[in-house]
Amino acid sequence: MTARIGVVTFPGSLDDGDAARAVRIAGGEAVRLWHGDPGLHDVDAVILPGGFSYGDYLRCGAIARFAPVMESIVDAARGGLPVLGICNGFQILCEAHLLPGALTRNLHLHFRNRDQVLRIESTDTAWTHAYGEGQEVLIPVKNGEGRYVADTRTLDELEAEGRVVARYLGGNPNGSDRDIAAITNAAGNVVGIMPHPEHAVEALTGPSLDGLGFFTSALKHLTGASA
Amino acid sequence: MPRVVVDVMLKPEILDPQGQAVANALPRIGVDDVASVRIGRRIEIEFTGEPDLDRAREIADKLLANPVIEDFTVTLADDAAEVGS
Repeated sequence: MTARIGVVTFPGSLDDGDAARAVRIAGGEAVRLWHGDPGLHDVDAVILPGGFSYGDYLRCGAIARFAPVMESIVDAARGGLPVLGICNGFQILCEAHLLPGALTRNLHLHFRNRDQVLRIESTDTAWTHAYGEGQEVLIPVKNGEGRYVADTRTLDELEAEGRVVARYLGGNPNGSDRDIAAITNAAGNVVGIMPHPEHAVEALTGPSLDGLGFFTSALKHLTGASA
Repeated sequence: MPRVVVDVMLKPEILDPQGQAVANALPRIGVDDVASVRIGRRIEIEFTGEPDLDRAREIADKLLANPVIEDFTVTLADDAAEVGS
């Protein structure tokens, strides 16, 4: 059985095409979802892609959070649907309170676009169990508002519960608290990541194939769950 | 029509690099007695009927501000301040 992974397009999404392509390269069926349509079309998982939904007006992700499709996704995510938010998708997940904390303006105020080494810290999520714990991966990062912040209690909680999914290595590109690049919710089905695994899935266009594991993890998780 | 003004500011403990950049630029215009600058956002709301502060608070809490990192205040616009604007 091939899992159906939905990729949402908001007005201003940029990386929905690459995310859908990454799903196909990983062996899944990519299903395009539209922000104005609350239907999830029987998908088994959802990706919120990178970009600038609604022009980043007000705050990144603040308006996308109230899109009709998001209401369905928030409900489904609370019921265990695997959801991956990449970059702008991570911002939307925080705005929707599916993940704690917030993404704010990069500390140095510059947009950062580079290939970034990450260490996978938690493999206990629907999107990372194909990796080894502590595995180092090379994945592009590109953001202007990617500085993850949360209060000390939330950060300590994330660390104690193993919910920091990935950390920046070799230089923090945006000033994120505790070098955090990705986190998950308590159940491990919702993951938000600032760097772009969908840009590292084939040799022609990416710096590595290291991003593929996010998509194969979800597919394995889904086919394993249905078997 | 009376307006409701919502002021949104980053919480004091959240770093404001934009404000810092502005503060760092002030000496270039000869200002050297500013200790800190923080940048927020002012939103003006006009209701179709009477201004409703409770409703404005709800709008601010749900959409205009992110309570994780921002505080907000809701006030009735001071009409006197608008003269000449």
